[in-house]
Amino acid sequence: MNIADYKGVWVFAEQRQGELQKVALELLGKGREIANKLEVELTAVLLGSKVDDLANKLLAFGADKVIYADSELLKNYSTDGYSKVIIDLVTEKKPEVFFIGASFIGRDLGPRVASKLGTGLTADCTALDIDPENNNLLMTRPAFGGNLMATIVCAKHRPQMSTVRPGVFEKLAKDETKISSEKIEKFVPVLQASDIRTKTLEIVKHAKDIVDIGEADIVVSGGRGIGNKEGFKVLQELADVLDGTIAGSRASIEYGWIDKALQVGQTGKTVRPVVYIAVGISGAIQHLAGMQDSDYIIAINKDEGAAIMKVADLALVGDYTKIVPELIAQIKAYKLL
Amino acid sequence: MNKVMNIVVCIKQVPDTNEVKIDPKTGTLIREGVPSIINPDDKNALEEALVLKEKHGANVTVISMGPPQAEKALREALAMGADEAILISDRAFAGSDTLATSHVLAGVLRKLDYDIIFAGRQAIDGDTAQVGPGIAVHLDIPQITYVEKVEVNGDTLTVRKAWEDGYEIIEVKPPVLLTAIKELNEPRYMNVKNIFETFKKEVKIWSAKDIDVDKDLLGLAGSPTQVKKSMTKELKGQGEIVNKPAKEAASYAVSKLKENHFI
Amino acid sequence: MDFILSKEQQFVKEMVREFALKEVKPIAAEIDQTERFPMENVKKMAKIGMMGIPIPVEYGGAGGDNLSYILAVEELSKVCGTTGVILSAHTSLCAAVIHQFGTEQQKQKYLIPLAKGDTLGAFGLTEPNAGTDAAGQQSIAVLNGDHYVLNGTKIFITNGGVADTFIVFAMTDRSKGTKGISCFIVDKNFKGFSIGKHEDKLGIRASSTTELIFEDCIVPKENLVGQEGRGFGIAMKTLDGGRIGVAAQALGIAEGALEEAVNYMKERKQFNKPLSAFQGLQWMVAEMDVKIEAARYLVYLAAYNKDHNLSYSLEAARAKLFAAEVAMEVTTKAVQLFGGYGYTKDYPVERMMRDAKITEIYEGTSQVQKMVIAGSVLK
Repeated sequence: MNIADYKGVWVFAEQRQGELQKVALELLGKGREIANKLEVELTAVLLGSKVDDLANKLLAFGADKVIYADSELLKNYSTDGYSKVIIDLVTEKKPEVFFIGASFIGRDLGPRVASKLGTGLTADCTALDIDPENNNLLMTRPAFGGNLMATIVCAKHRPQMSTVRPGVFEKLAKDETKISSEKIEKFVPVLQASDIRTKTLEIVKHAKDIVDIGEADIVVSGGRGIGNKEGFKVLQELADVLDGTIAGSRASIEYGWIDKALQVGQTGKTVRPVVYIAVGISGAIQHLAGMQDSDYIIAINKDEGAAIMKVADLALVGDYTKIVPELIAQIKAYKLL
Repeated sequence: MNKVMNIVVCIKQVPDTNEVKIDPKTGTLIREGVPSIINPDDKNALEEALVLKEKHGANVTVISMGPPQAEKALREALAMGADEAILISDRAFAGSDTLATSHVLAGVLRKLDYDIIFAGRQAIDGDTAQVGPGIAVHLDIPQITYVEKVEVNGDTLTVRKAWEDGYEIIEVKPPVLLTAIKELNEPRYMNVKNIFETFKKEVKIWSAKDIDVDKDLLGLAGSPTQVKKSMTKELKGQGEIVNKPAKEAASYAVSKLKENHFI
Repeated sequence: MDFILSKEQQFVKEMVREFALKEVKPIAAEIDQTERFPMENVKKMAKIGMMGIPIPVEYGGAGGDNLSYILAVEELSKVCGTTGVILSAHTSLCAAVIHQFGTEQQKQKYLIPLAKGDTLGAFGLTEPNAGTDAAGQQSIAVLNGDHYVLNGTKIFITNGGVADTFIVFAMTDRSKGTKGISCFIVDKNFKGFSIGKHEDKLGIRASSTTELIFEDCIVPKENLVGQEGRGFGIAMKTLDGGRIGVAAQALGIAEGALEEAVNYMKERKQFNKPLSAFQGLQWMVAEMDVKIEAARYLVYLAAYNKDHNLSYSLEAARAKLFAAEVAMEVTTKAVQLFGGYGYTKDYPVERMMRDAKITEIYEGTSQVQKMVIAGSVLK
């Protein structure tokens, strides 16, 4: 592997059912910054079937170029289909950096691709930067269940690959003047049906009322201290009055009080809402990992010494069953004015 | 499947990171006294293998790459009901990242018969979820990650794969690698009778010479990623603590929300 | 002298600890309040081979040793005294009897299901007029051709209302005193057998403690254990083993109480300091710790002796006497350390204190243990 042969920053443009995933745009945002530092091109890699409009969108959100593999066989994600196309592309075009969103797709695809290419992959990065001394990518991620932060380098192998969770970076502002068909390299990949060894029988979506907590501006989150399922009713009321959404720590999911799609934390989702209200949550490291970059954190807990109280911008010591109804009443009153 | 199914489960012994604490004085991890356990997702993988063994008849082999003390995790797996255990351990593996690890385990697997390879989705110490797919691509077999249900229908498997917003039913023919998530099942406890039998069984110990993997792919030399530095997280600075009766506390909070234009 | 648990024993201890925390602890308070026998947990324990730990594999057991079984009772008792005694009464006072004294036929018919946990066992010795004076049996068994006819009542029988297999003692020859007592296996379905009163108790409230009523109960001849007249010896030998189980239960209860108290003391603050910072309370904790450790080694030694075919009657008496006293002392102190909160049902220590008391009474009161010990020392 001759490092010097590898140039350019690539971003995997994850799309599902013809819709670009938020994380792809966020990675373009960060990719732009990295590409600028390295003084190289930022390329989005798009796989799908008849998704030309997405190629344009990728340019509008910061890509210098789009490589677009168009095939009916790539319409829906399959490990064999996607990894073959990407491995072939990387082998041919040799990017030095490759970012993939750490979605269920990315975490299935990234390691397979990296392992085949014999290069390094760093998962769930929370920070990415360039080392000015040698232009290596510095990839920072939580380790040891979130108790440590580690900065990883992949000095002697290329491409340097990272997966990043949705909500960690920010997408750029849309600039449609950047759209131009010359920047799009569309092609039909070398792929046959027999290359794909799995057969999809059915795809089922959850009921729509499960909100994507990653999208909410205000999150009202409940933990073990809520005590039971009924306790979440008052949290839902608070979320409603704030136009926000409820979520919970791992304990609330394990007790069966709320759906797992609402879990915040190391093994759940990372959220960065404007306001995060932690009710009856102790603030174990695994939970903090999922929300501590929220703009404003309010904690409500009986225990003044709970870890969350040290992290909150505003920590209210007391019984949530008394404080939350008061909050609801007072906010309602304010909104009526 | 007419012949007996061969299932190989890859497990890792990990410190129970839920029990790890930070030393408040030095800001470093306190590692002593932290119990070692079978990685939780791996236990789900093992449980599923045992369920399939009970339903369809299968030979369940458990393998692990680790230091000598990882033998305890393999014994636990035997006590849960696995048939054979192999520990692959060698100084040459020191410093392995996920790529090097996947090469070692693939090396072991090439010497075994397998229809299904089960692994946990990710380990609670590394949290990468990379080794499973790495093994699959080295062996050039299909993979399905985030598995929450498995059924055997003759010579095919019907697998339910979890998505963030739902699930997908997939049909696949062995050999295949599956990675398990906690929703797959509830792992059983060790059986007391098995506990007494397992220590009469042998845990096979393999080393680097037992697998045909290029030396350059092992250990530190075979690890493209290196840790440049590690640090304990800097927690946000402390904000305000308010310890007042509910009404006043709520009132103060509302004033803060207004002040910051959150409402 | 090796004070280290074997690898197997370590595994059993860890496995039961995990089981206790996940399955037993969450319902311990509820079953105490409602006096509900935790059958679902007993079934789970059967599934993982816990109901016949020291019974050989060919008789449906786990093929383990007595110390492993004792560790299991201890771990269960740390979170629930009731669950601990369910296991020890079943194993030591029923399964072990048939294993030690039964015929091959009795082992095949009764021991295998007991050891597998398919059936539950109980031990019927105590009568309204025969408690500490166990020899004062008034139940009678009369041989009539191919069966015995049993008449009498037993009281305070642990697992009484839920057991399938009962080890029952009755007089076959009144004129011979203790040498006229015989031992029988009674199946709950035998004609003439019924369950009477369910006791409403201070502690181990979810344990099913009942009266057994025998009204012309028909017991097949082949259900006689050992020979006629050997019953009392069987009972006494069995109680020696059972005492180790009770001692383990007491030890576990004490350990559970101390653990709860220690956790509480680290969190609870008064005068701006955690309770753990006050020397008077630290000293209480030190005393509790030392007594628990002393009890531990008396208990383990009794089990060790039994495993190594050494005599253990004296060791069992010492262990039960001491561990029971320690359990009472430690649980009472634990409630004290919790203060007012410890007196309420929000916290488990009041239950542990109530559970501890019985260990000074059943399977030979502390006074009986002292008789045994003094008898040995002064002989």
